[in-house]
Amino acid sequence: MIRGSASSHIIGGVPKLKKIRVLAGTRKGAFILTSDAGRKNWTVDGPYFGGWEIYHMKGSPVDPDRIYVSQTSGWFGQIIQRSDDGGKTWSQPGLKPGEPTTTPDGMPMGESNRFVYDTSPKTGKPLTTHQWYDGTQHPWEFKRVWHLEPSPVDPDTVFAGVEDAALFRTTDGGRSWHELAGLRGHGTGSKWMPGAGGMGAHTILIDPKNPKRMYIAISAAGAFRTDDGGGSWKPINQGLKSQYIPDPAAEVGHCVHRIAMHPSRPDVLFMQKHWDVMRSDNAGEMWHEVSGNLPSDFGFVVDVHAHEPETIYVVPIKSDSEHYPPDGKLRVYRSRKGGNEWEALTKGLPQKDCYVDILRDAMAVDTLDECGVYFGTTGGQVYASADSGDSWEPIVRDLPAVLSVEVQTIP
Amino acid sequence: MIRVTLPYHLRTLAGTGAEVTVDVDGPVTRASVLDALETAYPMLRGTIRDHDTKERRPFLRFFVCGEDVSLASPEDPLPEEIASGREPFMVIGAIAGG
Repeated sequence: MIRGSASSHIIGGVPKLKKIRVLAGTRKGAFILTSDAGRKNWTVDGPYFGGWEIYHMKGSPVDPDRIYVSQTSGWFGQIIQRSDDGGKTWSQPGLKPGEPTTTPDGMPMGESNRFVYDTSPKTGKPLTTHQWYDGTQHPWEFKRVWHLEPSPVDPDTVFAGVEDAALFRTTDGGRSWHELAGLRGHGTGSKWMPGAGGMGAHTILIDPKNPKRMYIAISAAGAFRTDDGGGSWKPINQGLKSQYIPDPAAEVGHCVHRIAMHPSRPDVLFMQKHWDVMRSDNAGEMWHEVSGNLPSDFGFVVDVHAHEPETIYVVPIKSDSEHYPPDGKLRVYRSRKGGNEWEALTKGLPQKDCYVDILRDAMAVDTLDECGVYFGTTGGQVYASADSGDSWEPIVRDLPAVLSVEVQTIP
Repeated sequence: MIRVTLPYHLRTLAGTGAEVTVDVDGPVTRASVLDALETAYPMLRGTIRDHDTKERRPFLRFFVCGEDVSLASPEDPLPEEIASGREPFMVIGAIAGG
């Protein structure tokens, strides 16, 4: 069983137990895993949107019952789903049947799955092509939403990181989306290139102390920061060294897999790069390596303990050619010193014949007093630790390949 | 009344059965049938053809009376069998799997 403390808070003199809701996006649908704060007994609901790829699902910090979902298909394209009741019911927040699809002057009405790159003259930038795998230039083509990041202050505002890499925003609860074109328009876009999984903007971190500051990461362009709410961006890749590109210290072109921060210390960032685990103490102005004694510094996920800003987690993967744990042993590595010194966490995890992968958006933490840590695998397991990683148990073992895991700590 | 059959995932998306019916004012063409379909089921906009260019999505094809009309002009008139509802306009997804 999964051990854990039963955190509670007081409402009207009556203690009310918190609830944990794990949102798992998979190759074949969405699942919602629910437990009380004990994290021992789980209810598994789903699949929702069966047969569709669910790249990401995330709840609003302001209204936890407001959940946004990126539902995609190679056949039918991008769909955005929204729930306003914690996943009981879903709808696409666009037009209703019978509503006109254009305004009286012929402009398209808001459509929840319409992601159109901004090519308006006001950007003043040629937002046209990026580098293709063979080095030639290739036009930007929208493929899917990789990551949805709801605003910390407004349930109707959500940022979407998309493939081909760009950042979109809705301010009407997902009815319509508009590109924040300054990201592609800052001038290095023609040097960006897709990683093996495509050229996706996958990490969106919003500074909780300064909402105008955001970080994003793109495979394979690197990390970027805005200090004006998304109008303008700068690459923040100094200190990264990527031996697989012509100039290992180039301004852009690095395959950043994931960035994490602790909300109390938003200037301190941790990065799992294609190879190397990195750290920045100055909002990304400079990075230094903290891979230390990891058995492999290749991997996808990185996350930070909910209450200990120097406690971080990664899951080493053997190599960029062999996407499974070293030696067939699934080990989460934890550093309590912000990197360099790592301990293997193995209790409850398979230590032989394990060849799953843990994708970049598939780790999350809860905020109970004893921090819970969660991750999903391409083998369909969602593992949970109710004791900061000391021990693990699978919540479920046989889901479709897990693409993303988010956790909500419900008051 | 024009009958339109949809692949499984679009049925679940639109909350319909395998076949829906739509009414078209004026000439019955692929474009006008899909316009009517998307007006009745706006959640299908962008899933069959591009929002703006109206290009067919690559893994979908259109069949009428046993013939593949995917590459025909979207403005070509469809046969009387489609216009009268005797035969359905079929939206078909490419086979997934082996």
